[in-house]
Amino acid sequence: MAKNNDAREAVGEYKAGWHDPENSTIRFDFGLSEEVVREISNLKNEPEWMTEIRVRAFKHFLRRPMPTWGNMSMLEEIDFDNICYFLRSSDSTKNNWDDVPDDIRNTFERLGIPEAEQKWLSGVTAQYESETVYHSIREDLEKQGVIFLDMDSGLREHPEMVKKWFCSVVPFADNKFSALNTAVWSGGSFIYVPEGVHVEMPVQAYFRINAKNMGQFERTLIIADKGSRIHYVEGCTAPSYSTDSLHSAVVELIALPGSHIRYSTIQNWSSNVFNLVTKRGIAHEKSKIEWVDGNIGSKLTMKYPSVILKGEGSHAEVISVAYSGEGQHQDAGAKIHHLASNTTSKILSKSISKNGGRSSYRGMVTVSPKADNCKLNVICDALILDEVSRSDTYPTMEVANSTARCEHEASVSKVSDEQLFYLMSRGHSENESLAMIVNGFFEPFTRELPMEYAVELNQLMALEMEGSIG
Amino acid sequence: MSEKMPLLEINDLHAGIDGNEILKGINLIIGPGEIHAIMGRNGSGKTTTANVIMGHPDFDVEKGDVILEGESLLEMEAWERARKGVFLSFQYPQAVPGLQVGNFLRKSVASIRGEDEAKSSNFREKLANAMESLDIPRSFMARYVNDGFSGGEKKRFEILQMILLRPRLAILDETDSGLDIDGIRTVSEGVNAAIRDTDSGALIITHYSRILEHVQPDRVHVLLDGRIVLSGGPELATKLEERGYEWLKEE
Repeated sequence: MAKNNDAREAVGEYKAGWHDPENSTIRFDFGLSEEVVREISNLKNEPEWMTEIRVRAFKHFLRRPMPTWGNMSMLEEIDFDNICYFLRSSDSTKNNWDDVPDDIRNTFERLGIPEAEQKWLSGVTAQYESETVYHSIREDLEKQGVIFLDMDSGLREHPEMVKKWFCSVVPFADNKFSALNTAVWSGGSFIYVPEGVHVEMPVQAYFRINAKNMGQFERTLIIADKGSRIHYVEGCTAPSYSTDSLHSAVVELIALPGSHIRYSTIQNWSSNVFNLVTKRGIAHEKSKIEWVDGNIGSKLTMKYPSVILKGEGSHAEVISVAYSGEGQHQDAGAKIHHLASNTTSKILSKSISKNGGRSSYRGMVTVSPKADNCKLNVICDALILDEVSRSDTYPTMEVANSTARCEHEASVSKVSDEQLFYLMSRGHSENESLAMIVNGFFEPFTRELPMEYAVELNQLMALEMEGSIG
Repeated sequence: MSEKMPLLEINDLHAGIDGNEILKGINLIIGPGEIHAIMGRNGSGKTTTANVIMGHPDFDVEKGDVILEGESLLEMEAWERARKGVFLSFQYPQAVPGLQVGNFLRKSVASIRGEDEAKSSNFREKLANAMESLDIPRSFMARYVNDGFSGGEKKRFEILQMILLRPRLAILDETDSGLDIDGIRTVSEGVNAAIRDTDSGALIITHYSRILEHVQPDRVHVLLDGRIVLSGGPELATKLEERGYEWLKEE
């Protein structure tokens, strides 16, 4: 049996680990200060109110202690003074790939973005370091009034809308990293879908970090007006460096009555990236918010997509998978708050730990006293591939209304020798067999993804399984 | 030459697990087109024999050899043996949640019979026919491998795989256990169709003679405490059914 668990090899297997030469047009020195915050705002010619929010958020960030959950000792490793908080690599956002600087275009081509755009997407934004370098949306959607912009352009072109909704779902004082993001945010997506408009094909944002010690702080705001539908997909990768980078995003979703937002993420950062993200949506009457969240890469991820079920009859789903290999900790989960009656929620969390990796499910579901007849369903399954890996489950349910129906299931399993032998006896090598078991384990997640992503995820996992049997 | 070469040859096979010897010198020769049966009580080493031929990593072979068509299998991993044409119908097939039956069959056929066969329209036709003959509904394809299957469904699924993979040597480990009379007949018809009148062979491991009434074996062997103590024609199975195993000890 193969016995190759070398860490360097695992990094070598990371397919998106290359980097381009850095050709920045503006690059800030390492470190963070009020001056840096103001300078970012100034460079972007932002309205005064945005500068003020940034500065207030920065002051809160300084005061706010680190979170007291997750992996506290790993969090302490973040050196905020050794991070570049703003890096502009293209003078403007292009709407034609030919106009994007060669190195950057090549990178996105290698990642398959232009190809996917042609085949099955309604629109694309591609962010490289701090800002979006490419953006496009299908004309027919634009004609229907769909707004799909990078966040900087969104603020410039629709300041009233941004002012109304920005920080309305995730206040900057929510946690230390939402404060940091609000202080130094750059890039991300701004989406508005008008009443009744169904965006059939997904829109995609792709986030790429290229420079060493980079901090990427995109900010995304999606507003789905009454009865509308949108599926937003995001992917991300970074080069493999020996020094750490920081990705700290904030995503706010507003699902107005009867609308449906699905937000899918395939997070595949290299294993030197701290990924500390706050994602939350507010669901109004009879609306539906779904987070489909795949965490494959990064050093430490702390991310708990949340939904506030504010309107009667609204529905939330968080379907997530986490894969933790050597040196990785995925601390992921979900938070759902049932504030209104007849609201329903479903959390399905699947995690795999291998080669000493650690996966944690951290969940919080609450039902307020006034919310009658709510239904909650939580399932967390963990699969541990060897003796040195770890999985933890921290589920919390606070139900203050006796009419609620709650279901909770949790399981921890191991791949058995008998399962492997069975598959091997059908002509599949040990790694192929393991990949079949792992992909099967993830299947309830992958079937929720667009087919192209599901295939990519399966290939990614097959690659991760190579040489993994001890 | 090739006509004379046995399909499977087991020479003085000693094997065990964690230092405990279970097989204590098995000798067996199966020729092309032959169906052999191994009978014996629980703990006599029947399943160990099947596992060792298939290449279960938990078992150690201390002595002897297992040769398929002139080539020793012992240094090969289970998947390599499968590609050489060894097939094991498991007594307890394993569930793989999330792995769809259709997808799994296609992948297995591709790895053992080759990509071309898995993609051919001929394969789809064969699959449809085999499913019909085994009374397996079409909806089966979308289920997960052995996940929530009844005992009978698991056994039919093993035989379906055998038919599609067209092995050189099929080992059926207690495929009849947990099946009703109709199930045994259906499964037996599957075995006959796949092995009879071909140059492949089969080794049927069983407690009972019932399956052997439907699949007439060429030879029947009795396994006792890790050794084959008696071999004979199909009539031996009937005798064992009538008289049990106790008399063997005395002889």
